[in-house]
Amino acid sequence: MRFEPVIGLECHVQLQTRSKAFSSANASFGGSPNHYTDPYTLALPGTLPVLNRVAVEYALKMALATDCQIRRVSRFARKHYFYPDLPKGFQISQYDEPLAEKGRIRFVLDGETRSVSLIRIHMEEDAGKNIHVSGAPYSLVDLNRAGVALIEVVSAPEIHSAKEASEYLKAIRQLVRYLGICDGNMEEGSLRCDANVSIRPEGSTQLGTRTELKNINSFKHVQQAIEYEVSRQTQSIESGGRVIQETRLWDAERGTSHPMRSKEQAHDYRYFPEPDLPPLSVGDDWIETIKAALPELPIDRRARFIADYELSEYDAGVLSAEKEIADYYDAVVAAGADPKKAANWVTSEYLAQESPKISAVNLAKLIAMIESGAISGKIAKEVFANVFATDESPEEYVKRAGLAQISDENAIATICKEVIALNPKQVEQYRKGNTKLIGFFVGQVMKRTSGKANPEATNRLLEKLLHE
Amino acid sequence: MKITPDEVRETAELARLALTDEEVERLGRELDSILVFMAKLASVDVEDVPPMTHAVSLDCPLRDDAVGAQLPVDEALADAPAREGDFFQVPRIIAHDKEA
Repeated sequence: MRFEPVIGLECHVQLQTRSKAFSSANASFGGSPNHYTDPYTLALPGTLPVLNRVAVEYALKMALATDCQIRRVSRFARKHYFYPDLPKGFQISQYDEPLAEKGRIRFVLDGETRSVSLIRIHMEEDAGKNIHVSGAPYSLVDLNRAGVALIEVVSAPEIHSAKEASEYLKAIRQLVRYLGICDGNMEEGSLRCDANVSIRPEGSTQLGTRTELKNINSFKHVQQAIEYEVSRQTQSIESGGRVIQETRLWDAERGTSHPMRSKEQAHDYRYFPEPDLPPLSVGDDWIETIKAALPELPIDRRARFIADYELSEYDAGVLSAEKEIADYYDAVVAAGADPKKAANWVTSEYLAQESPKISAVNLAKLIAMIESGAISGKIAKEVFANVFATDESPEEYVKRAGLAQISDENAIATICKEVIALNPKQVEQYRKGNTKLIGFFVGQVMKRTSGKANPEATNRLLEKLLHE
Repeated sequence: MKITPDEVRETAELARLALTDEEVERLGRELDSILVFMAKLASVDVEDVPPMTHAVSLDCPLRDDAVGAQLPVDEALADAPAREGDFFQVPRIIAHDKEA
């Protein structure tokens, strides 16, 4: 029997607000331990939460970019558990009335557009960080991250392979970076993901018993952890066993997962409405303002690059991957460059540099100079190498460095004749039929002109002269 | 409705409360009467009554995203039973066994 994996992902997206979700403590990453706290973060008696407007705005951006329905009145709830990184003894989250529901994430998988439904997007706060000291009888706690604003993006169980899960996660990362609400840094934990995995016989519509995988912190690990879990469940069923519903932790170093202690799995969070926060009202005006300011989304941009500029799937993907690159590419085209040539220059030359400074206008100029025959494609690369870091005008550089292409056919013919006269042996071989030697003659002309001879004219004139 | 001693112990465990057998028995009785009261409320027909989401009718106040004063680290750690450097020191947590 063949089995089909059924996967749902829960992604935690850390919102890059300056201050925390419910207090004005600093929300930056990487401060000295316990330097970004205030009485609320530490849950000192008498402190009360006040919601960060920008956190709501960022959550709404994500919800609108994923076609969610926004709840005009949503509610916060307390989720209770005891852990040293959670000073209040509960996490403020949203439970039965989340901010947004029923959206979708669109992405490309093997050349096809896929759409995975979202069940919900809700707001919550992050916990602090525990540091486990190897061998020590104690652990250490840093509360800088405690209270930082998060959204949790919950997908429907509509993902059917480890690769699809990884592409879905990449799409989320790309989207939050486009929206400017999260840096998407999985290593630093600003984007985290848990996976619910089950398998079922192919063709079946029933859901099997699922396990929850935690602690997955890179695209590679998402794929590996799910592949491992699918094969573990398959083996277990094929050998006559069954899948036990449990939470498993992915061990990236060993490439395996192990179940969490069963005691920790009692998911009895005793949710109840947060009494310290009135229900959150989101008016139509606010929603419309945010909607109007949304950037063109990466999947739409990719589609436009293919439709309007006739780019390949691959180039369109590379050029739409990051908003800054897509904006740059659009600007090069807007400055008059041919879209396909601009795509080649941006993907191969521009993106090969670590921090290119060349403006879109100057790159468009450089491309135009090749078109007009002012310089050859080869010289253009040399010009690029000299101006990308300074944004000097390519025209001025060409003038300054004396690189303008020689297009005067009389001048080129003179050099061709010299080359022919100096290489009688090759001329003889060429005339006997070894026409590949044309490359040798072109090379000699280029050598004498420092590559400035117009290549098309050089080829044409050499062929003509060699046949005389 | 009858709440069992095991349910009382489980609830106490979740709240990290240590109860004696006498307390389990007494709290069981008290919780029972609370549940009876709740069941009575649940039986009231509220079909046409709009839900009251909060005791005071107001929108959630929002604040600007500005960083305010931070607690100096020594003050933040002042009440900690133990510290190491600028960290709170707590009884050992088994590595990775953590909730989201």
